[in-house]
Amino acid sequence: MRIGKRRWMLITAALLSISLLFGCTSSKNNNNTPANTKAEEGKTETVKKVIKITYRDDGIGEEGALYKWIKEVAASYPNKNVEIKPTPIQASEGDYFAKIALALKSKDTAPDIVTEDTFILNSDASAGYLEPLDEKLKGWEDWTNGSFIEAMKKGVTASDGKVYGVPYNTDSRGLWYNKEIFKKAGLPENWVPASWDEVLQAARTIKEKAGDGIVPIWMNMGKATGEATSMQTYEMLLYGTGERLYDDASSKWIINSQGILDALTFIETINKEKLGPPLSKVLNGQAGNTASREYLPQGKLAISLDGSWITGNYFEDGASPWPEYKDVLGFAPMPTSQGQAPGSITLAGGWALSIPSNSQNKDEAWEFIKYALGKEYTQKLVIATGNITVRADVAKDPGYTQLPFNEIATEYLKNAEFRPAQDKYPEVSTQIQTMVEAVTTGTSPADAMQKYAQDVTRIVGKDHVMEK
Amino acid sequence: MSSLAGNVLYKKRKTYTWLYFLIPSIAIMLVFFVYPILLTFFYSFTNLALTGEAAKELKFVGISNYVRMFEDPTVRVSIWNTLVFLIGSAVIGQQVLGFLIALLMKRKNKLFRRVVGTIVLAGWVTPEIVCALCLYSFFGDEGTLNAIVTSFGFTEVAWLFTVPMLTIILANIWHGTAFSMLVFQAALDDVPTEIEEAAVVDGASRWQVLTRITLPYIKDTITTNMMLVTLQTLGVFGLIYAMTGGGPGTSTTTLPIFMYNQAFVNYQLGYGTAISLLLLMIGVVLSLFYIRSMKE
Repeated sequence: MRIGKRRWMLITAALLSISLLFGCTSSKNNNNTPANTKAEEGKTETVKKVIKITYRDDGIGEEGALYKWIKEVAASYPNKNVEIKPTPIQASEGDYFAKIALALKSKDTAPDIVTEDTFILNSDASAGYLEPLDEKLKGWEDWTNGSFIEAMKKGVTASDGKVYGVPYNTDSRGLWYNKEIFKKAGLPENWVPASWDEVLQAARTIKEKAGDGIVPIWMNMGKATGEATSMQTYEMLLYGTGERLYDDASSKWIINSQGILDALTFIETINKEKLGPPLSKVLNGQAGNTASREYLPQGKLAISLDGSWITGNYFEDGASPWPEYKDVLGFAPMPTSQGQAPGSITLAGGWALSIPSNSQNKDEAWEFIKYALGKEYTQKLVIATGNITVRADVAKDPGYTQLPFNEIATEYLKNAEFRPAQDKYPEVSTQIQTMVEAVTTGTSPADAMQKYAQDVTRIVGKDHVMEK
Repeated sequence: MSSLAGNVLYKKRKTYTWLYFLIPSIAIMLVFFVYPILLTFFYSFTNLALTGEAAKELKFVGISNYVRMFEDPTVRVSIWNTLVFLIGSAVIGQQVLGFLIALLMKRKNKLFRRVVGTIVLAGWVTPEIVCALCLYSFFGDEGTLNAIVTSFGFTEVAWLFTVPMLTIILANIWHGTAFSMLVFQAALDDVPTEIEEAAVVDGASRWQVLTRITLPYIKDTITTNMMLVTLQTLGVFGLIYAMTGGGPGTSTTTLPIFMYNQAFVNYQLGYGTAISLLLLMIGVVLSLFYIRSMKE
């Protein structure tokens, strides 16, 4: 009798603990059930496939330009057998990439289409998260007949030479300047600096003549601004010296060079002569927004080294509406260090639509991408977001060129450079940010470069670095 | 004879009965506590990454994550920052302030205790992220503190930039003092009033009563509280991340922030797990130290 009781107790205990173990699994099955039933119900009529599109929602939800765009494209999409479903990830820009990587890892969570920043595209491709599109692209006329600007294809080509996404926007970088402040300081309203010295000279003049409370020049210089510091500031400078981050010929990262020193010295000069913004403002995660949404529209900033997209803030429904920006702002090309050929430089980034390897509906996803990234909808998207286009036919369209600065920003793309298509780039980039912030806060360029050299060597290995 | 054997059998049986009841909780502990730690331990010897070539295949890389950790100067800075934050905000700040508040509230009238208690508790019940945002707007450039400072005619100070460590220490004290206060309130209520009164009758000063009677009496509570507060503070992430993000530079980068940056900003999960084990080790060492000092 007693033994029987013990056995019961044992069985109950075992069952209880086992049921606990399976707690997670069973709930997951429950989640799946309604979907299955739905699919079965649908079978009697037509099977509607759901194509999920994942993109970053910066907190504005259904007001977001991408959400509205996806809805619009989906509404006119001729194939009514598929349902296009936006599945945004609400996250800061940095967290978005981590969350995407996690989602792409598993068949259960991977969407069918994902928006990828070209800077992380190569890493995600190396990780095997993305589907190479070369075979599919061969059969797409738009891709082969020159509708896409040829240089833009470089941004979506990974280190293995395969294409992993169709680009939908890009950007260029240059010197935004406030013409009113320039006028007050006696500087030309149509400003085209020929070298770094001329940029510095203009900043000094503004400091002297434009009065207190006006920041002569703003560049993102902190770790907190992440990729903006690497790309808009450091790489614009480094590539302007004629040097690069990565040597394609020998497949090595350049960790020690005169170009690095020159770029860092420029940053040092800005801070030593107090030509830049107060450090408490610029070493802050909000620095980019402070410059473009507050200082520039309020007339407290003369020159800003920033991306072509900042005008998106000034639209009527933007974050900081400023209708006068068309007349007040100028957009000058960033000169090379000494004015050497090609005279000016810009880095281009941008976003692409990719298909995850774990997607269940790759063919349907591809058909939708072709439809959405044709001329009509690409144009709508870049106009709504204030980005510049990757399509040559859109670039010529009056609807696009009539918007202020679009034509110049697209023009700068002629000399556009891309970040190295290397899977270690995101990690190296954080070392760049550390190095730039060190110089900004008073470390000498030589010391900062030495630390950068050590850190990059540790990340990529001794065999993959070189000095110049 | 037979009754004796039955007795022994019964006793034996009795000794094991407790085990059955523990099986569910042991299973939970194994699955949700021991297994993840073992997994973390395992991953810390791999090149586990979120993206990039390494994400494709998991490779065993020996102790290279640990070698990298000891060569990385930022790790040393982070350990130092963690200790400064720990000692400043937990061991000294929360502990001493919590004790003082509890002591001053002792044997005061009910209304007073209730009002002061509620105010201090407000910091404790505020969720970490809300607390971080409150204090961010307090210390921010256009924040409350600067409004006060400028109204007295002084110039604005960029608090979060010039004294970042101090701001997060103060924030954590504001947030966590109530816990120590509650613990000490309970302990002080247990100190028999007769002994203290007897000491006063014998001519002891207030200071002597405090150091010779009250403190020795609640010694164990102090150590236990110290341990709890230490472990809580070691893991603080949201508060610092929201207020300073670990910056400017690395001046407020504590180990949890550094770990997050390595794992989710640099996508190096393997290295991140190695750092988390370092954090765990620091927690274990400190706990052992407290437990030993309790025994003495």
